[in-house]
Amino acid sequence: MVTNSAPDLSVRIGSLTLKNPVMPASGTIAEGMTQVIDMGRLGAIVLKTITPDLRQGTLPPRVAEYRDATLFSIGIPSKGPDYLLEHTLPAYAACDAPLVASVSADTAEDFGKLAAYISDPRIAAIEANISCPNLKADGRAFGMDPEATREVLERMVAATRIPVWAKLTPNVGDITVFARVAEEAGCEAVIVGNAILGMAVDAEAMRPRLGNVMGGLTGPAVKPILLRMVHQCAKAVQIPVIGCGGITGGEDAVEYMLAGATAVQVGTANFIRPHTMTEAVDWIADYCTRHGLSAAREITGALRPLHAPATAPTETV
Amino acid sequence: MPDTALSPAPEACAGFPIEEALCEIVSNDAVNAEYRLMIARAPEAALRARAGQFFHLLCPATEAGQPFLRRPMSIYRIDPARGEIGFLYKVTGKGTRGLATLRPGEMLNALGPLGRGFTLPADTRHVMILGRGVGLATMAPLARLAAESGAAVTAVLSARSPELVMSRGELEAAGARVIEVVDTDGSSAPEEMEPRLAALHAERAFDYIATCGSNRLFRLARGLARSWGIPGEIALEQHMGCGLGMCYACVIPVALPGGGEEYRRVCWDGPVFTLEEAKGW
Repeated sequence: MVTNSAPDLSVRIGSLTLKNPVMPASGTIAEGMTQVIDMGRLGAIVLKTITPDLRQGTLPPRVAEYRDATLFSIGIPSKGPDYLLEHTLPAYAACDAPLVASVSADTAEDFGKLAAYISDPRIAAIEANISCPNLKADGRAFGMDPEATREVLERMVAATRIPVWAKLTPNVGDITVFARVAEEAGCEAVIVGNAILGMAVDAEAMRPRLGNVMGGLTGPAVKPILLRMVHQCAKAVQIPVIGCGGITGGEDAVEYMLAGATAVQVGTANFIRPHTMTEAVDWIADYCTRHGLSAAREITGALRPLHAPATAPTETV
Repeated sequence: MPDTALSPAPEACAGFPIEEALCEIVSNDAVNAEYRLMIARAPEAALRARAGQFFHLLCPATEAGQPFLRRPMSIYRIDPARGEIGFLYKVTGKGTRGLATLRPGEMLNALGPLGRGFTLPADTRHVMILGRGVGLATMAPLARLAAESGAAVTAVLSARSPELVMSRGELEAAGARVIEVVDTDGSSAPEEMEPRLAALHAERAFDYIATCGSNRLFRLARGLARSWGIPGEIALEQHMGCGLGMCYACVIPVALPGGGEEYRRVCWDGPVFTLEEAKGW
């Protein structure tokens, strides 16, 4: 019997239930977005990363454009935790969506302290941005070293009762190692993943095109790489994987979910088409209806094999 | 369309003053060897643009491909009576080459209006506008704003040569007195301009200065504003990502009143800054 009821778009991320699987990637929305779209329609609102200290960020220019991609080198400009609590959270108070804070710090201890400091009932989850340099390891990113990753995440989980999500960096050899570390450390989800480290050169000027020389590559060009990593991580861990990388609409989001993601984060597309996220929510609902699915969570991991399972060779006498 | 009953009503968050405005191109023609003027029929939200604000344009693809990010473009004309907005632009890169291909009847996706525009102090009586090159485009709506507030406007238009002077008609239509200065006869040099502007000030005192498009003009404007004890503003540019204050790509250093400096977003905290905040480039 055909029913006309709308599909259930809700998804479970650990102890949280989100009304749909679409949320922004950290650093790609700010208060300005509330003047363009209804942020209350999103599954969650992930806020820009804060650090314990005040930071100005990197030298401009901070953006370079490629075909289907951008390189950003922003450097986590931060107004600190008090600004988050006093100004940023109230700015989204009218939006009916859970708020996810994102934190970064120079040492594992400071990650833990910051998570404790911002443990506020208005925050539904805390995302660990571990793609930043570890000052105690010669500036090497925490997220590129399994033990540094473990220490950061264990300290955060111990420091707060708010669910901790780990945003993994793709700039590693085997990302599933890091997904398992996050699961063992007590994280309720992993985001796969952050930007791919890149560089842009201006041939005529014989100079780098970014003030920081290197930056993070994002946009549709990176999607196949992150999609593959999501697929690998979803098979490696039991906790939900949140897919992130080059999503420009509902179809991309569904691809990530088929590959194993429970939810998705939209990043660079917010800069170009601010309605991408809300339109993706509608697209996913329509997809469920077209495919006879009563709930969006049925999409997760529903990727079908391209070939029939290998059969044993037929006995020939 | 799927049922969106699961979603709360749009008023859950505050109103949406910024739109992806779909504008129908009315005309898009060259005004001289370097610049083009594009007029587009715009929805109501876009027509609420204020002087100094900008739109973030989705530029059409060319043979060089689709410009990935939007391109910021300051507003040159806001004509609510005709329901039109206008952009004056120089074809320099992939984005503006794409804009130049738009024909009447085609659609332009313009996100905006964006940014903080000019703030003309109450009771301003005489506005000085100093503009050069593409910076002049930004100044035309300011002249109209000043005229509507009852202030006189003297606009000094700087260009490399007389045939490249732009916006004269637009500014005169707004009631501005227009003075042209050019490189070819040396009249655009700051040391030539300063005594002329001082003479104009002696004749009828300026109480606000606005500038755009030239570091030399910025320094001249700031010097004059300081010596005359009047406020002034400048519209600035920077490579932009989102236009909505989200990505923090378009920062510039601004001077703080107590000394020191900090980065501000051109797209959200600007593009108009006070002459005292702004730093030369």
